[in-house]
Amino acid sequence: MNRIKQKLNEDKKLLSIYFTAGYPNIDDTVSIIQNLEQSGVDMIEIGLPFSDPLADGPTIQASSTAALKNGMTTEKLFDQLKDIRKSVSIPLIIMGYFNPVLQYGVEAFCKKCQEIGIDGLILPDLPADVYDEEYKATFEKYGLINVFLITPQTSEERIRYIDSISNGFIYMVSSASTTGAQSGFGNEQTHYFERISKMNLNNPQIVGFGISNNDTFTQATTHTKGAIIGSAFIKYISENGINELNNFVNPILGKN
Amino acid sequence: MKNTYNINNKGYYGEFGGAFIPEMLYPNVEELRQNYLKVMAESSFQEEFNQLLKDYVGRPSPLYFAKRLSEKYNTKVYLKREDLNHTGAHKVNNTIGQILMAKRLGKNRIIAETGAGQHGVATATVCALMGLDCIVYMGEIDIARQAPNVARMKMLGAEVRPALSGSRTLKDATNEAIRDWINNPVDTHYIIGSAIGPHPYPDMVTRFQSVISEEIKWQLKEKEGKENPDYVVACIGGGSNAAGTYYHFLDNEDVGIIAVEAAGKGIHSGESAATSALGKEGIIHGCKTLLMQTDDGQITEPYSISAGLDYPGVGPLHSHLYKSGRGEFYSATDDEAMQAGLELTKLEGIIPAIESSHALAVFQHKTFNPEDIVVISLSGRGDKDLQNYIDYFKL
Ligand SMILES: Cc1ncc(COP(=O)(O)O)c(C=O)c1O
Repeated sequence: MNRIKQKLNEDKKLLSIYFTAGYPNIDDTVSIIQNLEQSGVDMIEIGLPFSDPLADGPTIQASSTAALKNGMTTEKLFDQLKDIRKSVSIPLIIMGYFNPVLQYGVEAFCKKCQEIGIDGLILPDLPADVYDEEYKATFEKYGLINVFLITPQTSEERIRYIDSISNGFIYMVSSASTTGAQSGFGNEQTHYFERISKMNLNNPQIVGFGISNNDTFTQATTHTKGAIIGSAFIKYISENGINELNNFVNPILGKN
Repeated sequence: MKNTYNINNKGYYGEFGGAFIPEMLYPNVEELRQNYLKVMAESSFQEEFNQLLKDYVGRPSPLYFAKRLSEKYNTKVYLKREDLNHTGAHKVNNTIGQILMAKRLGKNRIIAETGAGQHGVATATVCALMGLDCIVYMGEIDIARQAPNVARMKMLGAEVRPALSGSRTLKDATNEAIRDWINNPVDTHYIIGSAIGPHPYPDMVTRFQSVISEEIKWQLKEKEGKENPDYVVACIGGGSNAAGTYYHFLDNEDVGIIAVEAAGKGIHSGESAATSALGKEGIIHGCKTLLMQTDDGQITEPYSISAGLDYPGVGPLHSHLYKSGRGEFYSATDDEAMQAGLELTKLEGIIPAIESSHALAVFQHKTFNPEDIVVISLSGRGDKDLQNYIDYFKL
């Protein structure tokens, strides 16, 4: 069974962490993954950097620019990850923009992911209908789960459609925004989390964007399966390096 | 008339186009997609649009027979004088259309990107006219090289926000505008300034600009007794003046379509914006089209002396015209364009925008027959570029 699905079946709230591959240093990728697994994280999103990350705020933009400057490429990332399954068993997702995947070749990309042991993809600018018509069969052939985003503005009808073509989890964007930590969630978010939860979707939901501490993690996961942290983690490793990741993860999970 | 070069019902020109947008933008873009044709077809919309084009923009813009230029190149050259429009370029045709669209969709906050500042000025102008809030994103480099237009936008009440990421030019200003739209999904309309972006933008912008070729047809009929020229020529940044200039001739293969891109310091100099020559199919700003990129799919930073052509992609219509062979594509270097601009000034007493000078440089690349009728889109006037001309020619 796909590692993401196995993880989703566990009776706990999941913490997923995003980082940009090639940042802070080009060769940090494997160490970050290993250290995150050891610190008790449930899932990892490996960011494939892109020159024009439209859906990202300043923190992830800056890390992407730095990673590209450091020399990160699709080929390089695959090379770094080629033995990753010898050392970790945590679900791994590649998150990136569609153009680099298109240039690599969608099928070649998916095949490579399967060889390495990648479990899923998140490509925010690959729209659901295009995926459904052109790429779903390819993703499935290589055992990859494709994850779609929904936002507070997504209509109920569209959420049902996205649910129908998903086979892992739905990425619930917490508010209408690009990525980046905010100061907290208000009533609006709580209502939105509740509203989606009451839809009884087939796929569990994991909340992302704006989660940075135990408060926001708890709020986000009260009505959902888990939460994803990106910008706050990138800020943390910029300041503290990539080694003592327990110091980042424990407070979020409310552990000392 | 067969309709092969127009957009299909899925939002593609051939294999190019579509809407490759993050889900956050879906409700906005979908709202626009469902409504744009309906709104444009309303008679009240048509009336208001045409009235403003006439009384506010000053249309129809003249179709001017350039006698001395014609003599020099031994062919019949007509200039479509978009430079005489209010605000000095073709851009205003589109911003008038889109501001009326935005109002009908109930939006009260307008955002835009700009390169040369012409689209920013045209947007700030219509926002002043309609009393709407206006924020214009502009690359930091462009802010420096287009100072008069920055001042005009501010005077018109717009807030000019510098784009500080990437090459700090048009591509990055567009990224910032898209991010703003993601963050403001309910009250905001994004007025894209060229025939680029996710469907329905390329088609909507093309339709608003199509007034250019609509007028060329009847104006040429008056002057030459026939509607169709032998060639229509335009410069291409994203491709809005070109799309408008070609529109009513697209499916008439007797009319040659010529596009001139910016070669910068030379196509293979590494400092160029000649997308058709250097680009590969990919996705930029929500659209599948030709774009300049690395083998790895990273979008590369273009270069042109002209801020309005300094864009690493072209609109999907133009990718289709290129790929299908319907359009003839050339590119003019900075030097060729600057010389062509000076030549027009000396021969006809018209100082063109540096963007438009690229179209005029077509004569460096193609020889026309004496009896050919060649219509060139003079997309804008050179006032904004005076400092660049002064620096370049050491005037
Ligand atoms: C005068 C003028 N011409 C042409 C362009 C290029 O845009 P497009 O290719 O959309 O016509 C610009 C853009 O700023 C412009 O100001």
